[in-house]
Amino acid sequence: MNQRTWLHAWLMLLPALVMLLAFTHIPALSTLWHSLYLPARSGEQAEFAGLDNYRMLLDDEVFWQALSNNLWYALGTVPTSMVLALVMALWVNSRIRGRTALRLAYFTPTMLPMIAVANIWLFFYSPEIGLFNQLLGSLGLDSINWLGDPDWALPSLMLMTIWKEAGFFMIFYLAALQGLNPDLYAAAALEGASPWYRFRRLTLPLLMPTSLFVLVNAVLNAFKLVDHLFILTKGGPNNATNLLLYYIYENAFAFFDSNYAATLTLVLLVLLILLALLQFTLLERRIHYR
Amino acid sequence: MLSRTKRLLAAGLASLVAIAAQAKTELTMYYPVSVGGPLTQVVDGMIEQFEQQNPEIEVNAIYAGNYNDARVKALAALKSGQPAQLSVMFSIDVHELMDQDAIIPFDELVETDEERQWLNSFYPALMENGKVDGVTYGIPFQRSTIVMYYNKDAFREAGLDPERPPQNWDELVEMGQKLVKTDARGQVERWGVMIPSTGYPYWMFGALAKQNGEVLMNSAGNQTWFNKPGVVEALEYWRDLGSRYGVMPEGTIEWGTLRQNFLEQKTAIMWHSTGSLTAVKRNADFDFGVAMLPARKNFGSPTGGGNFYIFKQSTPEERRAALKLVRFMTSPEQAAHWSIETGYIGVSPAAYETEALSRYIKEFPQAAVARDQLKYATAELATHQAGRIRKLLDDAIQSVLNGQAEPEAALNAAQKQAERILSRY
Repeated sequence: MNQRTWLHAWLMLLPALVMLLAFTHIPALSTLWHSLYLPARSGEQAEFAGLDNYRMLLDDEVFWQALSNNLWYALGTVPTSMVLALVMALWVNSRIRGRTALRLAYFTPTMLPMIAVANIWLFFYSPEIGLFNQLLGSLGLDSINWLGDPDWALPSLMLMTIWKEAGFFMIFYLAALQGLNPDLYAAAALEGASPWYRFRRLTLPLLMPTSLFVLVNAVLNAFKLVDHLFILTKGGPNNATNLLLYYIYENAFAFFDSNYAATLTLVLLVLLILLALLQFTLLERRIHYR
Repeated sequence: MLSRTKRLLAAGLASLVAIAAQAKTELTMYYPVSVGGPLTQVVDGMIEQFEQQNPEIEVNAIYAGNYNDARVKALAALKSGQPAQLSVMFSIDVHELMDQDAIIPFDELVETDEERQWLNSFYPALMENGKVDGVTYGIPFQRSTIVMYYNKDAFREAGLDPERPPQNWDELVEMGQKLVKTDARGQVERWGVMIPSTGYPYWMFGALAKQNGEVLMNSAGNQTWFNKPGVVEALEYWRDLGSRYGVMPEGTIEWGTLRQNFLEQKTAIMWHSTGSLTAVKRNADFDFGVAMLPARKNFGSPTGGGNFYIFKQSTPEERRAALKLVRFMTSPEQAAHWSIETGYIGVSPAAYETEALSRYIKEFPQAAVARDQLKYATAELATHQAGRIRKLLDDAIQSVLNGQAEPEAALNAAQKQAERILSRY
């Protein structure tokens, strides 16, 4: 490569690089730096803590609970919302009447702000006046204290998240489905392949790049969407629904301990990097890009 | 000649007005609303009136969510260099705000004797969370106690005297059991009582502890008493209301939907902030009463709510203007107006002497209960590292109400951790 193209390439990369440095890499480094100090008290210099914050983290039961909640939350929401998204996409991609309205209906939850949605769902979940318990009641079942019972609180949050996310992922699947080559299906039809066979051997493999994209995003969202916690449970009861990012917020803004929050942030960052690596290395080999 | 003088005068006046317009002091103030309802309009109306009376001051009053949000937004604004000269924030944030070096005491701001007297014009119980070591950092504004709302129609239906709400813990259980209504399948249609246990569990718990003769912390905010026998007993009683006596649902009870539960008659009694009073009054389609919380050893409730704070990052002119605004907002007439519109306590005895509020109370005696309860009130849980300490207690309470832990063990653990955190102060 000659000097000029080389320079050219770097110049083209520069704007994106500057943005990445300014808003991703430098903050990440300063977070690391920050996590090595104790919170400054009024008028005093911040005290160097070394790894004290990390030691505190290992002893912090709430952190471990938030971490395990978060893993369950990801496990509970990601696969379900992806499968749902695919099913919905297949359905609204078929030639049925009123499919525009149907697509819109599925996408609506995504367009509503999370906070507004949570305020509505708070009343759905209310044990005495809520929609869900009235449904259960009409079926003759006992009512459930959805958000107030530690066994039900996290699944309740998952349910709302799936409802919110599935429509969003559907859009990606729908776009991918419409980009598929009809010749392949014509050929498959000629060979007499059954619909299930076509789905398994044609559609699914062809959708793999989209699936990877959706998977990465869904996993990220499972760790970074906590807006609804502020309204629905505030992490309670007794931390049954506390998630990592919410716990970071609590530490930084409710407890004024931005240093411990930085420590937690770093742990979350490392976790997300590991998850992303895992997804890419495991799945990359099974994906055919055209 | 005359006309020339006139013209000169006019020009002079015009330029004076121009100078005055330039010298307008701008104030930014954040405030929270934690009980729902159209309270922002009430605040906006009061601010507008202030600006009309004080054309040299312009106020940007910004609604900032609940108490936590308001503190976060105000402090974030200060840190990022945006102006904020005063705010209404949680009365119990005082130690934290001092540790952050964010606020100045009002004692440094008052200049005249009249102003110094003004500092002493509020109900002493409301000053407990605003004063540290005798110095005043917070001026009471949207202040409350917890009161007991009860459905008189439900009382009649259960054969109880609607003018005689439960006076003590035992009566609360007895009457509660009569008030519980179940359908044919044995599902509860109406509960006896609900005490909310999300949002502000430590606050409700402060009431139970006080009724049992205990307080949760010292006034310096560096010591807690979560595991004293009387405090443990209070938590046992709270849990037993659900698990033993069956007058309250088990598990936690949501603060945010409780008022709606009461309005839809899903519970005959609720404990809630007096700040909900006007909303309940406007929306209840049944006969309801308001009473002091029941007693064990004595009556008791913590005070609650928001105080005015003035931030250190402000010029002397801004501080004077801010003081003027605080004085306006807490003046007897405005306090009376605010109390009528919301249910919050009129912050000074003088507010109750105004014609508006005294007439209102004559028509609607429920509005005086929170004030009368001030005699038995204590400070709300306020410590250094308040957020962490509150969370420890909240988690302990919720774990007990959910049956995950025993009261004594949970409170012992919370106390131990609180001691560790507070050892630095």
